[in-house]
Amino acid sequence: MSGSPRACADPAILNLWHPVAAIPELTVAGDTSMLLGSRIAYGTNDGLEPWVRRLDTDASVPVRIEFGFLWACFGDPPDSLFEIPEAAEPDRRILNAGSIKVATSAPRAVENFLDMGHFPYVHTGILGEEPRTEVVEYRAALENDEVWARDCQFYQPVASAAADAGQMTDYTYRVPHPYCVLLYKSVPTDPSRRDVIGLFVQAMTEETIRAHNFICMVDETTSDTGLRRFQQMIFSQDKPILENQHPKRLPLDPRIETPIRADQSAIVYRRWLIDMGVTYAVIPAA
Amino acid sequence: MTDDNQILDADRWFPIGRTDDAPFRHVHQAKLLGRELAVWRADDGFVNVWDNRCLHRGVRLTVGMNEGVELRCLYHGWRYASRTGGCTYIPAHPADAPAQTICNRTFPAVERDGLIWTTLGDNGPHEPPPEAGLDNAFALRSLPFSAAPDLVRRHLEATDSSARFFVQPVDAHECVVHSVLLETPAADEQISTWRHHADTLTGVRDEVEAIAARLPTPEPLTVALERIEPREQGVPMPRARTDAQLRVTIARKWTTATGVVALELESIDDPLPAPQPGSHIDVHLPNGLVRQYSLTNRSGDAANYVIGVKLEPESRGGSSCVHDVLREGDVVAISAPRNNFTLRRDASHTTLIAGGIGLTPLLAMAETLHDSGLSYTLHAFAQSTDHLAFADRIADLGEGAVTHLGASPAETGAALDTILAARDDDSHVYICGPGPMLDAARTNAEAHGWPDASVHFEYFRNDTEIDDSTSFTLSLARSGLTLSVGAGETILEVLRSAGVAMPSSCEQGACGTCVVGVVSGTPLHQDVYLNPSERAAGDRIATCVSRSADTELVLDL
Repeated sequence: MSGSPRACADPAILNLWHPVAAIPELTVAGDTSMLLGSRIAYGTNDGLEPWVRRLDTDASVPVRIEFGFLWACFGDPPDSLFEIPEAAEPDRRILNAGSIKVATSAPRAVENFLDMGHFPYVHTGILGEEPRTEVVEYRAALENDEVWARDCQFYQPVASAAADAGQMTDYTYRVPHPYCVLLYKSVPTDPSRRDVIGLFVQAMTEETIRAHNFICMVDETTSDTGLRRFQQMIFSQDKPILENQHPKRLPLDPRIETPIRADQSAIVYRRWLIDMGVTYAVIPAA
Repeated sequence: MTDDNQILDADRWFPIGRTDDAPFRHVHQAKLLGRELAVWRADDGFVNVWDNRCLHRGVRLTVGMNEGVELRCLYHGWRYASRTGGCTYIPAHPADAPAQTICNRTFPAVERDGLIWTTLGDNGPHEPPPEAGLDNAFALRSLPFSAAPDLVRRHLEATDSSARFFVQPVDAHECVVHSVLLETPAADEQISTWRHHADTLTGVRDEVEAIAARLPTPEPLTVALERIEPREQGVPMPRARTDAQLRVTIARKWTTATGVVALELESIDDPLPAPQPGSHIDVHLPNGLVRQYSLTNRSGDAANYVIGVKLEPESRGGSSCVHDVLREGDVVAISAPRNNFTLRRDASHTTLIAGGIGLTPLLAMAETLHDSGLSYTLHAFAQSTDHLAFADRIADLGEGAVTHLGASPAETGAALDTILAARDDDSHVYICGPGPMLDAARTNAEAHGWPDASVHFEYFRNDTEIDDSTSFTLSLARSGLTLSVGAGETILEVLRSAGVAMPSSCEQGACGTCVVGVVSGTPLHQDVYLNPSERAAGDRIATCVSRSADTELVLDL
């Protein structure tokens, strides 16, 4: 792409909170990055009050702290961000598992996170393995203006550190924000509870992102480093795929690409973006 | 368009690499006029030039795997056949045959003068590039230039060199210069010759790029994203007797076993659609009869179709016509392949049981599993060695194939009992053969606790055996047509058979392309495209998979 990136003019996106950085990584000296096509500076003062400033307009913008991350809004800030009730549970391990720059659009990263069919090919031997490639029917629908995919199942070769055989693993997926996605997965040691793993995507431009990995787990044994390393290994396998997708912006016309039944969650997601009138980081349907 | 810009004319042929850029099992990434291309050579030598984009999620095919006859996408393992670019397998849905509309954009390729050439033009057949007659050509180093292709071409024309230069216009401000020598130098001079020409060309590049840097940089070429256009042809249509759009010649006819001839069918015009293991074609015989025969081709092998036809003693004119009338060189009309006997490729072990000529679809399956390194056993039953069709191909399977010769009905039953005794939850069995053998296999499978979903029988749909209890009437409000949808038929197929032009794409109820309005009647939704409120409203239906809950459905067509 030539020229400078287009500053976002899409009200559906401007009027949302967007992730900028993990709280422990904020500095008093400040750092620079990009958000929605504009250069930003961000940091924290001595009193641990974080700030974000647009460098194109030199305006300070509203910020908030949620789930261990700093969020900013360029438009009319909504009263709240989506909720993750599990994050309030006292025994949860809440971690930022890395903020990784990827040359793709935010919706492409969200769709990849929703996708189970690539497990045997991209996360071979970890989240899936040939020939157990089938994506069995699941339910995806809008619930309270969020995308939910329920009853998802996939064969996982190494379901837990203790397991010596593969088994079907249950997943629930949730897209509460056009650029944020979460998954819920049974806790191996306590099937009544579910680990939450999230991807909060900072749309730096339409075609570059910083993916903030969020972990909210019940795990008393694995070290912070171990949890982070696992998430980063998985994401590092996704990154080259994401960077080899064309076009980078998500095409919303269903006939630019060929969806299959396994892509039901992506079908609902794309239609949701269309209904919201999102135009940033997508190729709108003709 | 000025003469200077002719080099950017998409209808022309251009080199996109050297022949050695497409070695065994490699996928080469090239770019021509702003369009990215995946270039790969199949094991039979055929050079494929495709859009560098998987049709599913747009991932570059150049990061995928060249598996010899098929290219496999790295992201979800979709497989595309050499020559046609047709999708042969979608691992996320192992039991479903991919729609034939899922076909990659292909471009023609020729190899000459040490280079691979293609054209992006849409304007009918093209003359290939003029041959320089460099049979003995020696390809030199190919060098990228950051300059307008035509500027480079003009400088090369003024360059004194014994090499011939060919410009690949990569983009408006980018090109690659390929150079070949008319004669291959002696072995001990090749390195010095190579170096000499590389130095010369590098000198030209420095000069041209310095000039180009002072000129305004042209805008990059834009390539429009193409929609995956629905096609009328190649769509599975179980009942369509008029669906004989392909013309083939009989390239070879030979006796492959006692009473069995094999026919190799070669396309006259376009490449044949990619065969999937288990698929069959309608063959329109010169006496007016239409017969269905399974393809024996392994997955993705679309070079020529090969079928096997047994002379039936009670022939009503079908098999005897094939045996006695058809000759090599004859032209025959056939349908595109249809697949009602889809091979899953996610089983822990696949058992294939073939009786007599029932071998044909199972041979295609065995070779496909063999190529993929998946666990399988082919059990081929025949009266004698002489009655075993395609014995050479069975022998090539090695330990994967077991032959059972001259077994009596009782011995066959006992053998089936032994074969079917071994199973686990993830194994599947495919059976094709004479009726009594199918019955015996079905009984045995039940006795050994095989779930129905794991036992697959080949059958050809029969018009007279449609189950009326699940059929319904389809009325078209605007055109006044009244049609009948039988069991095993889709609304989409029936509409097309009646001549209604219907767009479709995925044919799995996922993309919404074939959705039409419902005037009255209650749709039985089986798609995943419509949302719950649209389903509840009942005023739209995905015609590729959904049906009617009532006896009549009235569509807004």
